[in-house]
Amino acid sequence: MKNEMKLEFSALSENEAFARVSVGAFAAQLDPDMNELTELKTVVSEAVTNSILHGYDENPAGTIRVLVKIETDSIEITIKDDGGGIDNIEQAKEPLYTTKPEMERSGMGFTIMENFMDEVEIISEPGTGTTVYLKKRLAGARTLCN
Amino acid sequence: MSLTVNMEQVGDVMCIRLSGELDHHSSRELRGQVEEHMEQYRPHHIVLNLEELTFMDSSGIGVILGRYKQIRKLGGEMVVCSISAPVKRLFELSGLFKILRLEHRETDALRILGVA
Repeated sequence: MKNEMKLEFSALSENEAFARVSVGAFAAQLDPDMNELTELKTVVSEAVTNSILHGYDENPAGTIRVLVKIETDSIEITIKDDGGGIDNIEQAKEPLYTTKPEMERSGMGFTIMENFMDEVEIISEPGTGTTVYLKKRLAGARTLCN
Repeated sequence: MSLTVNMEQVGDVMCIRLSGELDHHSSRELRGQVEEHMEQYRPHHIVLNLEELTFMDSSGIGVILGRYKQIRKLGGEMVVCSISAPVKRLFELSGLFKILRLEHRETDALRILGVA
């Protein structure tokens, strides 16, 4: 089974829940287990929050695009913004590193993405935006196929 | 789907019970409500009951760590109780258990802090 969907929404924190719930509902076609579903919702929440908070500095005029592709046993999620971009990707990926400690950011976003997904790719250019590509193979879906 | 915050002062302990989803959006609301309560009641310790919390991401870690630092600065402790498996995993990933005490039930947490 191959299927894909796209979401496009304003950089408003209200849309964090919308994005993760929508991706979770779409991924349900692959019959993920509860753990996998939580992992998918969490990584979407992390990436979308990053775009809103860091990419757009919470300017609701910004647009975030989420593209989700599913195949028989895997899911690919791409989250894209046209915001400020990341100066130093390696530093941003370090656990507990944050550019906004005054806002009580934990600096765990990318660490969580890397722990919960099989592949994480960050493409970013200061001034032009950030694209986060995430891929995960689902054990539940594999069992269903066999 | 949003977050509901229930706060109760039990002796000198502030009991915070969360239900729903804790993300960047709802963490700001939580921070505001907790700070308001702390200003009014001046609690010495915090018990954080996460029994009804169905979702949390790293924004939740940030706001919990923030309240932990706040109560530590005042010489108090924070005890977390009734944590679900997915939330526990996030706590482990971020090393929160190295500084926070975990108990099974709220009554255990309150007893440890001397108010039950």
